[in-house]
Amino acid sequence: MDLFSAHAVSKQYANHKALDKVSINVPESSIFGLLGPNGAGKTTLIRIINQIIAPDEGELIFMGRQLQPNDTAYIGYLPEERGLYKKMSVGEQAMYLAQLKGLTNHEAHKRLKYWFEKFEINTWWNRKVEELSKGMQQKIQFLVTIIHEPKLLIFDEPFSGFDPINTNLLKEEIIGLKEKGATIIFSTHNMASVEELCDDIALIDRSKVILSGTMRNIKQTYKTNTFEVSYNTFEGELQGILPSAFLVLAQSHDADHRHAHIKLPADATPNDLIRAMLDYVTIYSINELIPHMNDIFIQAVTQQTSQPVTQS
Amino acid sequence: MKKIFLIIQREYLTRVRKRSFIIMTILGPLLMAATIVVPVYLATRTNETKSVAVLDDSGIFYQKFKDSDDIKFHYLESDIGSAKANFIKSGDHALLYIPKTEMALPTNALLYSEKSVSINVTSYIRNVMTKQVEDMKLQARLSELQTDKKDPVSVEEILRSIKTSVDINTMKIGENGQESKSYTEINMVLGMFAGILIYFFIFMFGSQVMRGVIEEKTSRIVEVIISSVKPFQLMMGKIIGVGLVGLTQFLLWVVLTFGIVTVVTTIMTTKGEKKSTTEQIIQQQKAINPAASKALTEQMGSSSEEMGGVMEAINSVNFPVMIGAFLFFFLVGYLMYAALFAAIGGAVDSEADTQQFMLPITIPLILSIIMAQYIIRDPDGPISFWFSIFPLTSPVVMMIRIPFGVPYLQVILSMVLLLLGFLGTTWLAGKIYRTGILMYGKKVSYKELWKWIRYK
Repeated sequence: MDLFSAHAVSKQYANHKALDKVSINVPESSIFGLLGPNGAGKTTLIRIINQIIAPDEGELIFMGRQLQPNDTAYIGYLPEERGLYKKMSVGEQAMYLAQLKGLTNHEAHKRLKYWFEKFEINTWWNRKVEELSKGMQQKIQFLVTIIHEPKLLIFDEPFSGFDPINTNLLKEEIIGLKEKGATIIFSTHNMASVEELCDDIALIDRSKVILSGTMRNIKQTYKTNTFEVSYNTFEGELQGILPSAFLVLAQSHDADHRHAHIKLPADATPNDLIRAMLDYVTIYSINELIPHMNDIFIQAVTQQTSQPVTQS
Repeated sequence: MKKIFLIIQREYLTRVRKRSFIIMTILGPLLMAATIVVPVYLATRTNETKSVAVLDDSGIFYQKFKDSDDIKFHYLESDIGSAKANFIKSGDHALLYIPKTEMALPTNALLYSEKSVSINVTSYIRNVMTKQVEDMKLQARLSELQTDKKDPVSVEEILRSIKTSVDINTMKIGENGQESKSYTEINMVLGMFAGILIYFFIFMFGSQVMRGVIEEKTSRIVEVIISSVKPFQLMMGKIIGVGLVGLTQFLLWVVLTFGIVTVVTTIMTTKGEKKSTTEQIIQQQKAINPAASKALTEQMGSSSEEMGGVMEAINSVNFPVMIGAFLFFFLVGYLMYAALFAAIGGAVDSEADTQQFMLPITIPLILSIIMAQYIIRDPDGPISFWFSIFPLTSPVVMMIRIPFGVPYLQVILSMVLLLLGFLGTTWLAGKIYRTGILMYGKKVSYKELWKWIRYK
């Protein structure tokens, strides 16, 4: 079941259309990657989900019904442009933000104590935010985003500003939140973390969704039937021993082995490739090349750019 | 509603706890008290002896005014017309005229002077006159009691019956002998003071609102907050919170200033003098009713008023109207301007960029202060009227006019228009603010602002 879905959402600004009939479906208890180049409209969509701005048209469904103003209590949002009051103490500030999300004074205090304990930052409670490092501030921001145990969490570039250790800590927390039942929308340019974390994605480019679905399906569609073969004992031109339909895309070698990327025709299987090579070379390994999200991203966006945009 | 209260609370508490707030709260009253007390103090300390001419048509105060170190009295025996005519040439500090009264004892006096009369002169004159009149009333009452031989009357009743309050009206005499009631001067001072106070507070706390908005924008916390509350709630919460800070500071200033001034002036004026009629009564009454005298002593101790001559002139102003109008124009004027300041804060990225948008806001405020000179001279003229009706200038200009007496209809019209102005600017500011706080790193023009206003 989808926890959140948007149907044909559009938003027009004076000079440009930020969103053009955008639809996404975010399944419950999953991590949803919202991808796209800068200025594609991701932030606009996120702000619409947070009800910071209103869409011109389209429908937003949350927990099986129309999104309502009070739903902000069920949503946690870590914006890309984020910060804290510099002159305010950490504890007081966290209490303020938690209460704005609808927690009672008592409840907010209890939960914050728990999390401060867990992150081992108890000693920060009375310190002013300006005394903390940027990474420390990011921790506090993450903490106040999840303090009200929202059903839907929206992270916009959550890892920017974190060192590798804290990035890992954060990733674990995000996976932990998902396991506890939270649904997460995750917007980033960091494709490695997308690959690592996301179950579903939507790719937005120039105000439109150009690609969406589960990671697995998308990778399947973008597979090109290309294999990497590691071999040895053959020093000639590999293309010479293969049928002409088999294309050698790249060749390289290191101290032990030679490597080649070979694209197979649509009806061929890796067995055909092995059969063709078997008589000439010693094969050490053969792997299918699954496209990286990075490549899919670039391919999808450049394809989109090369096609004339059809105005509806 | 709970959320807006949280915002107000935060805005209020973070500001009130700031060191600068506490310092301002203490320094303000000290400065204000100093500006009130120091001239009075200097006036009392001055070595120059002031001569006061006394023209007593009633004849009962002859030789009652005693010369002291700094005041010398001499008695005239002309009529008031020639006394006034000769006043400038005589070089006297003041001319005291006590008119003849037919039925009752005189309780009014006129004090003419070229410059303003120092408070210790008026207060001495009032003390002497009060004592004399009370003495005479007491004598009359006592002899009446002795002849009547009725039931003993209570001390309180006697005291009440002889209690007298003397009015001294101060008038100014110019070079060529024309005179003007110096009450207008008090009106001017009050009006200007109230107007400038409003001007000052709008600027000071309006720009605090603006700086608060810019702070939220540059620290990038604003997007976190507006994912929990509506931008309009955040804006209003800030405006109200800062307004309450202003109100707190203002009230503390009034209370502290009043406190300091009262303490200092009582110390300065309660030198001698006060042992007057009351002691005589007590002595006389002791013989008749020893039990009552104790109560009397206590009662007398508490009745030490005395704030000098300023009070009496101030009494001529309609204070309930003045204070009510002040609070209204102060608050609504602030709210209206604060919304505009918030909109500017939302539209820019740093305080350095605010200049171009500040101009349209500051012009009406500064214009009101520039026009103040003119308005004081002609408080009922058409310019005064229009400036006190137009919402952007009315908070300052109407306050300058009010001590002179403004028809209620005009005050109400001005108030209604100001309320409408407040609603209008807040609506407009809300639209600019809503879009502006999410725009980073963009130089905004007026054209851009107009676009934001038209967004749905």
